[in-house]
Amino acid sequence: MTRAVITHGPRRDAAAIAPDIDMTTWLAGLELPSPVLTASGCAAAGRELDQFFDVTAIGAVVTKSIMLNPRSGRATPRMAETPSGMLNSIGLQGPGIDAFLDKDLEWLRARGARAVVSIAGGSVEEYTRLASKLRHVTDIAAIEVNISCPNVEDRGQVFACNPVAAAEVITAVRRNTNPGIPVLAKLSPDVTDIVEIARAVVGAGADGLSMINTLLGMVIDTDTMRPALAGVTGGLSGPAIRPVAVRCVYQVHAAMPEVPILGMGGIRTGLDALEFVLAGASAISVGTATFNDPSAPIRVARELAIALAERGFESLEAAVGFAHRLPDPVPSSGGPVAGHQVDVDADPADVVVEAGVEG
Amino acid sequence: MTVQSKSGAIQVTGEVIGQRKAGDYHVLTLTAAGIPELAKPGHFVAIAVGGPNSSMLLRRAFSIYSVQSRGVYGGTLEIVFAANGKGTEWLSKLHRHDQIDIVGPLGRPFALPKEPVSCVLVAGGYGSAPMFSLADALRARGCRVDVVLGASTESKLFGVLDAKRIAATLTLTTDDGSVGEKGRVTDVLPAVLKRTDADVVYACGPMAMLKSVAAVAAEHGAYSQCAVEEAMACGIGICMTCVLPVIGDDGVTRMLRSCVDGPVFRGDRVRWDEVGTIPEGTLGAPATGGH
Repeated sequence: MTRAVITHGPRRDAAAIAPDIDMTTWLAGLELPSPVLTASGCAAAGRELDQFFDVTAIGAVVTKSIMLNPRSGRATPRMAETPSGMLNSIGLQGPGIDAFLDKDLEWLRARGARAVVSIAGGSVEEYTRLASKLRHVTDIAAIEVNISCPNVEDRGQVFACNPVAAAEVITAVRRNTNPGIPVLAKLSPDVTDIVEIARAVVGAGADGLSMINTLLGMVIDTDTMRPALAGVTGGLSGPAIRPVAVRCVYQVHAAMPEVPILGMGGIRTGLDALEFVLAGASAISVGTATFNDPSAPIRVARELAIALAERGFESLEAAVGFAHRLPDPVPSSGGPVAGHQVDVDADPADVVVEAGVEG
Repeated sequence: MTVQSKSGAIQVTGEVIGQRKAGDYHVLTLTAAGIPELAKPGHFVAIAVGGPNSSMLLRRAFSIYSVQSRGVYGGTLEIVFAANGKGTEWLSKLHRHDQIDIVGPLGRPFALPKEPVSCVLVAGGYGSAPMFSLADALRARGCRVDVVLGASTESKLFGVLDAKRIAATLTLTTDDGSVGEKGRVTDVLPAVLKRTDADVVYACGPMAMLKSVAAVAAEHGAYSQCAVEEAMACGIGICMTCVLPVIGDDGVTRMLRSCVDGPVFRGDRVRWDEVGTIPEGTLGAPATGGH
């Protein structure tokens, strides 16, 4: 595991040295100048956010999951605010892959932004056809496969909740896309053992993992005494789910430290992003926070650089997975900033991880 | 802080200049450097509530009631709201000099007629907020402006004095008859349209009111421009929550975002009866029939 070489104590002038931090990151061979991306479904295709910050300055724009055909999405209400989060049931509204390539991707290309294209399907066949459509499209940084979709051929069971179905989708996508384009599998936290799903999709050819998708939730309107969303259930996102997401990233990184992770789930600040990096994410996506602050992705990138500098890291890469390091037997004066030392033995998450690895 | 925009909206940290009560509503005056200069009648702003660490993540959208592009404080704008939720309650407790994160101007504003035609402005409750700057803009073009304001009761009417100043005639309705005609705006609207020989009807208020206004306008051969009040999460077009079924120039119904494709829509283009559903035939609607 990469370790930070730390030669100095805390720096209070971190803001001044932040620009010197090397924020370059690699996601499955894809080099990104910044580790902060948008999150699928929280940035449309980048155009609206370009009003508020330069979308070419972030790691990449992760586009809203696109399906083969135009899709109206679900009825309204589609959204409910929850404590430090929100529930959504959009139903993958979108123009279909052809219009997406002609308009949305074309805009990103002309703008010079890196694009991670998220795809979603209702059957392995649909994912296959989507992947084939992308095979000869240039200027795609990566493909993110949203497998949190009901499989119409298996009584609506969600692909991401079944290791076999998840692997089938990833195999189909990997076989039908340009081998030079990384394929990221986006995992759902609504599973018994996320490490098992992660192993299955990596075995099927996923080059990296995006985690996590939303958690399935529900709100009941106490005035109407009916479900608040027209779709009854919805995906919970926002800072409320961050500890779940950090746990998932930590467990999967512990089990497969060589697999690159794009971490997401409730990131609102640079310190939130740092948690994911320390847990093992090589890059992070800012999602729901963008609804609250349209300049959040660029702000989080700046805050993350400052947070790394304050802790004595010289590069982002050096911090990836740092929370997994063994406890220092004797704290040395030149070691990591004392205030940020963690007693790993006391962390109950470790016990869970080890059990997961052995099982 | 100002995040500069290339194509319209900006994000600014504004400051509360003042807060006053108007009947059951609150009027908040804010500095919002750059937004007042860009705002047109029908634009809205999206405001973050609860401070930087708020557990309320979704921005609240408000029509711009008035703007002042210069003055002691530079550019200021005013919004009107009812403190009926946690976010608006927080807003109602802001004090002078408190800071507030504002994004705007957002949405597509009201379309203005090129000719000096007769216009009727109809609003329910504080839906009247954008109507006064609209009336000014219409009058500047030589349009006749008549106003109809309605609410459940007198204290829920907003801007009666503004309307009196601006309108050729003002008609008020209340459900309880506490002031004006007892009834709804659509009860009096046909007579107003006839009397003023209206060419265009502008409306803002609850969905049910807009539906009726659009129908009455169509019966009288008038165009209608309706500003909808849909629940939004972001206000800038990225969350896809505020959609409603709207018929396009090509005759195809699409689920359009009220924040960027609206909030002002042509009354004859919104499928009012089917708001809240995905009408059959909508682009990308699930196939019906079968099993």
